[in-house]
Formats: sequence, structure tokens, C-alpha cells
Amino acid sequence: MAVLQMQKIHICALNTDRKQILESLQRKGIVQINADQDTDIFHCTDTSAGCAKYEKFSHMADQALKILDTYAPEKKGLLASFEGKREVGLADYRVMEKNRGEAIEKADRIGKLSRSIAEQKANLTRTQVQYDQLMPWLGLDVPMNYAGTSTTRAFIGTLPAEYSLEQVMQMLANAAPELDACSVEIISADTDQTCIFAVCPTDQAEQLDDALRQCGFSRPSVHTSSTPEAYADQLSSQMDEIREQIDKAEADLEKMGEHRRTLELMRDYYKTRAEKYAVLGGLQQSRHTFFLNGYVPEKYAADLSAELQSSYDCVVELEDVPEDEEAPVLLQNNKFAAPTESVLSSFGMPHKGEIDPTSIMAFCYYFLFGLMLSDAAYGLIMTIGCFILLRKYKNMEAGMKSMLTMFLYCGISTTFWGIMFGSYFGDAPTVIAKTFFNKDFTVPAVWMTPLDNPMRMLIFCFLFGIIHLFLGLGLKGYSLLKDRKYMDCFCDVVLWFMLLVGLLLMLLPSDLFHSIAQMEFNFPPAVKLLAKILTIAGAAGIIVFSKRETKNFGVRLALGAYELYGATGWLSDVLSYSRLLALGLATGVIASVINQMGSMMGGGVVGAIVFILVFILGHTLNLAINVLGAYVHTNRLQFVEFFGKFYEGGGSAFKPFSTPTKYIKITEDK
Amino acid sequence: MTTGVSLAILGAALAALLAGIGSSIGVGIAGRAAAGVVTEDPEKFSKVLILQLLPGTQGIYGLLIAFIALSNIGVLGGNVRQLTTAEGLSFLMACLPMAFVGLMSAIMQGKTSVASIGVVAKKPEEFGKAMILPAMVETYAILALLVSILAIVNI
Repeated sequence: MAVLQMQKIHICALNTDRKQILESLQRKGIVQINADQDTDIFHCTDTSAGCAKYEKFSHMADQALKILDTYAPEKKGLLASFEGKREVGLADYRVMEKNRGEAIEKADRIGKLSRSIAEQKANLTRTQVQYDQLMPWLGLDVPMNYAGTSTTRAFIGTLPAEYSLEQVMQMLANAAPELDACSVEIISADTDQTCIFAVCPTDQAEQLDDALRQCGFSRPSVHTSSTPEAYADQLSSQMDEIREQIDKAEADLEKMGEHRRTLELMRDYYKTRAEKYAVLGGLQQSRHTFFLNGYVPEKYAADLSAELQSSYDCVVELEDVPEDEEAPVLLQNNKFAAPTESVLSSFGMPHKGEIDPTSIMAFCYYFLFGLMLSDAAYGLIMTIGCFILLRKYKNMEAGMKSMLTMFLYCGISTTFWGIMFGSYFGDAPTVIAKTFFNKDFTVPAVWMTPLDNPMRMLIFCFLFGIIHLFLGLGLKGYSLLKDRKYMDCFCDVVLWFMLLVGLLLMLLPSDLFHSIAQMEFNFPPAVKLLAKILTIAGAAGIIVFSKRETKNFGVRLALGAYELYGATGWLSDVLSYSRLLALGLATGVIASVINQMGSMMGGGVVGAIVFILVFILGHTLNLAINVLGAYVHTNRLQFVEFFGKFYEGGGSAFKPFSTPTKYIKITEDK
Repeated sequence: MTTGVSLAILGAALAALLAGIGSSIGVGIAGRAAAGVVTEDPEKFSKVLILQLLPGTQGIYGLLIAFIALSNIGVLGGNVRQLTTAEGLSFLMACLPMAFVGLMSAIMQGKTSVASIGVVAKKPEEFGKAMILPAMVETYAILALLVSILAIVNI
């Protein structure tokens, strides 16, 4: 349970060592570097051009990889996302650095191939359209642009509907009665058009032209000096050629698939360099030296300083973070609690001076999660599943690892509560025994069955809620004490504890509670008196002291009374824990609905097959939905009810200068 | 079969019916928003899928209430209890919180999910926060579920 102590680090070194120092810091990933402004002596260099250049290369590699995914897809297992980054030794990384030119060439070539494929495909479509347009003309045995002999004029074109030869001749005769020597041949006709070849003596060409135009004649869009058949052959061989080229380019791309690793390296390499340049742009530099400042966790600070000073000509200065500065926050927790850090950080990192509640929250988190899911079989599935994945993929991403570890612990807690409530796939043992073996059998609950006794369970849920909330209030008291704000601790924490405990003690023996919970408490008179005293003293204290900074006494009392009204907030907070019961029941009841549906076919072989199918499908679904529900609502209970009592968050997370890689992890050589 | 039994079955049916309608609307609108995000960035599929699923729980709660009610009436076991009209009405009433709150809260939660899917589209790293917002709406469905369960079990 700790926020790591940060120190400020100032490094002043020679520009000749700049590359080495920055790269070493980047690989270590333990320093957050602050961007500086220009001063009289030092100036920041504008590195945005270099940055953009490297971003471009990295983007190029990304694009090339994406293209490879289409043309040379990599075979990936279902669980490949657990595998994590590939480890690359520093030496191999250096080799890649030397050969980066080749990598760029390859990426470029992949891009070009992909572009040429796109172009060829467009080309293919164009040619195909031409080919299709030529089809109706195949019967024509003169070239498409044939104009006629020395004494005749030929007209080749289409009429806009389906006509027979007689109809065409009729139309021409109607349009140009003086036209007497003309021959028309129909090449082909379909519902949209009639392709015709018309010929007439040269002196009558104009009349025929007019007549044809009146009939809606238009010239074909295909122009060629060869006959349609020859041209079609030409187009078709052209298309074959294009297809061949596409196939070849695709085969080339597929072969490029072997360079996937190189491209991945290239992508990460340039991304890393771009990051380095971005940081470089924020450094103050003079002609021969540069100056770097940032934050480093205290526990690494001394080693880092020693290492830098021994390897390079530089000065490293460490100082504590000044009072008025908000240092970035890095959490450190033990193995049990650390997985829930992500839950905390999604709410907000602790701000300056605030405690890190992760370790206490972790326990509550696992506890409440298990209570909501509360099925031993589901819990076991989660536990074993997460355990196997964690064992099998040791190299997986840190975020994934911590999430799986969190669900591992949640699974253990779920199993525990499932055993307490006697729930194994809901009431599966009972149903199976009854349907297939005709026996009455139940796995008894170690503690109780919530569905048989919901009121009792509800009261316990409220009890867990009250404990959880009191923990929150207690943590507030602890952090106030730590800051030596004794008065605040008394007024804002102790008085509330008095009031709430007093109210609880008054509520327990009352008839109201008895009728709801079926539990009877008989306190001796002394306790009853104590309850009254605590309540009244607490309430009075809150009215008088809660707004102690207000000068006007009347206003202060009025505001204090309003503060007392906040007790209703406690009531709604506690009632909110009823979701523990509701979600727990939901898991169990839906599980038994599934079991019952499965058993509807009765015993026997068919019944067993149906049962198994329904069982697997139904319980997978139920598990998925209820894990989601339990996760979301546990988060809610932590964020709203628990954190609401003491935690604000709002600190900024520690973002060290590191290698923003996606595919590889660089390991230092031993 | 008595009028009481019919009334009780009406209650169970309403719980499954209205909560189911609500959830299908909620999941439906969230799904449309999610599909939009997936067209732009297929890698966000798992995140938006979770957000889409959130309004689906009301339908399940409705089913749950219907199931408890039916099994308490004895319809599921085959031995139907001879409920009086008053008892049947009680079952009907007991189912109403889940039915109506399920209907409304699922729709509202669906709308909140749509907004959260917008958050994930622009800032995928804020997924944790985006998920909590629709869950807030679900609280009231859970409270209704609880009231309905307690009422049915104690009739």
C-alpha cells in the first residue's frame, strides 16, 4: 500500500553522449522527462521534422504489415493475444538498426505492389467493360471504324430499341422517302438496342445519315480499326495478361510475408526513435551540452545516478519533490493487491498527499466479487482458466497479466462463496441426480441457501456494506491523522462514527428490525442508554462542528444541520449493497433455469445429450454475463460507495520515457 | 385453474415481457452505435460489445422473476397451487416493479451505453469509466428485482 516516493532528477551532460544517455534511459523506462522552455543560455531544438519523419516510417511499416495481413495472413492461434511481445536481444536490435534501409525498401516495395494490384484491378474492370460492349458486335466482319468503299458509305451503330429488319427499313423509308439504294444488316438485337450495319452509295449518304439520326441512331463507343472479333481476342488476351500480373504481384506479396518480423521490428524501431525525438525537442541544449530534468522513483534514483555518472561525463543531481509540486504517481503493492491497481487507476490516481487504498480495496474487491457471482463451479472455472493461461503464457502483456491475476483471485473468492451457499452450476447436482439417477441429492450449503432465506441474506449484505463503508470512513480518519489534522479527524470522522454506531445500536433491538430480519436482539439497558448518548452526542457534534470554518454562528448551525441530513446518504449507500444479494440470486436462479431446461427431455441417452448441450451453452452464457455483471457492480461499489467516503483521486499517473513498442521487447544483453 | 392462477401467470408474463422489451430496445440502440465504431476500428469490438451487453441484464432479471413466480405458483412443477384471487393479485403486483423498472431502465441504460460507446470510440483508454456510467442506471433495475423477489418469495 504505497505511492512510490518520487525524486526530481537533473542531468547535465555532453551532447556527444546524448544519444547513448537517452537510449539507455528509454530502455530502462524509469524516468518521466519534463519538457522545458527556452532560457537565456539553453535552447530547445525543434525536432518536429525528425519526429514526423520517423512517425512516417513507422506508419509505413504499419501499412505494410496491414497489407501483408491481407495477402500473406499469419496463422494465429485462438489464444495468440496472450502471447505478448517477442523478445529481441539488444544485439539483434542493433543489426536491425544497421539494416533499416533494407527494411524501408521492403515496406516501400510492399506498398508499391499493393498499389499496383489496385491499379491493375481497375484496369481489368475497364477492359472487361470494353469487352462486354464489344459482344453484340461479334457478328460484324469489317472493322468497327469501317467507313465504306470508294463509292459507298457505311454506317455502323445502334438503334435504341429492339427492331426487326422490316421495321428498320420501314422507319428509314418513313424518315427519308427519297432514299432508294440502301442496305441494312442487323448484327444483333436485344431489348435495349439493335446493332445495325447500313450501307448506301456515297451520293445518298447524307439522306441516310439524316434518316438514321431521326431513328435515334448512335455510333458505338468502341473505336478500333480491327474487326470486332479480332479486337475481342486482343482484349481478352490483355485481360489474361493483367490477371497474370495481379497473380504475380500477389505471389510476390505472399513471398514478402517472410519479412513480417523485419517490418515489425522496423515499426517499433521508428516508433521508439520518434518518441526519443519528441523528448529531445523538450530538452534544453547549448552548443556542447544538454540539460534534462524529470521524475524518477526514489528507489531507482541512486542506482541510476551512479550508473550514469560512471558511464558518461555528466552531472546528475537528485532532489526531493518540492512541496508545491505535484509529482506523478506510481503505485507499488504486493502481489495480492497489485492486480486491482488498474481498478484504482481507472477511477483516478491518488492526488498529492492522499493514501493509496489499493491493498484494502483489493481484499474488499475479491470479497464482493465472489459474493456477487457466488457459484463454486463458475469460480473453479475462472480460477483454473486464469491459472493455466498465466502459467502457459509467461511473456504476456503486463496489463493482461494483472487482469488475469485479478480474475484468478476473484475466482477463488467465488468458489469460496459458492461452497458457502451450496451452489455448483446452480442446482446441477440435484437436477442430475433426480433426472438421470432418480435419487434425491443435494450438496448442502455450508452456511445458508440465499434463495430459501433471502431476508437473512439481505441483512448480511447490509452488514458487509456497513463494514465496507466504515472501512472507508476509517481510512479517511487514518489519512487525516497522518496529516496531523486531529480536529478534522474528530469532527468529520469520530462524530460520524458515534452517530452511526448509536443509530445502529438503537435500530437493532427495535420491532421494525425484528419484523424485517426475524432476528431478535436484547441489549441490556446500559447499552441502550449508550446508544442514545452516542447518537445524540454525535448528532449535536455534527451540527456544531461540521462547518467550523463558518464565522456566523447561526449560519454555522444551519449548515451543520444540513450536514446531518447527509445521514440519509448513508442509508442509501447501505441499501445499495442489496445488489450483492440480487446478483447472487440472479446467478443461481438462471443457472437452475438452465439445468431445468436441460432436464426437460428426461433421462436416457437422448436426454443426456440434450442436457449436455443445453448445459454447456447455457452455463457459458450465464458465466459470461454474470462475470460482467459482478465486475461492473463491484467496481461501482468501490467507486461510488467506498471511495465516496474518503478518496478523491485526480493525481496524474507516472508516464516514463520508454519504448512504445507493439511487437517486440528489447532485452538487455547479459 | 382459478382466476388467481391466471392473475399470477399474468404477473410472471409481464415481468418477462416488459423487461425483455426494454432490454431488446436497449441492446438494440447500443448495438447500432457499436456497429458504427466497429466499422471505423474493428479492434474495439470486444470493448463495445461489453457496453452493448450492459442493458441486456434487465431482460434476464425479468426472466428470473418470471421463473421464481412460475415455480412458486407451481406451474413448472406440474402441481398448480389453487390460488385465491387475492393471492393471484399479490403475485401480479409483486411482479410489477421488475416489469416496469426493467422496461424503462433498460431503455435508459441503452442510451447511456450509446454515449459510453462514444467515449470508447474517442478515448479507448477510458473504458473503465465508460463502463461505470451505464451501470449506474442498472442499480434501479437491481432494486426492483430485489423488491420483486422478496415479495414473491414471501407470498
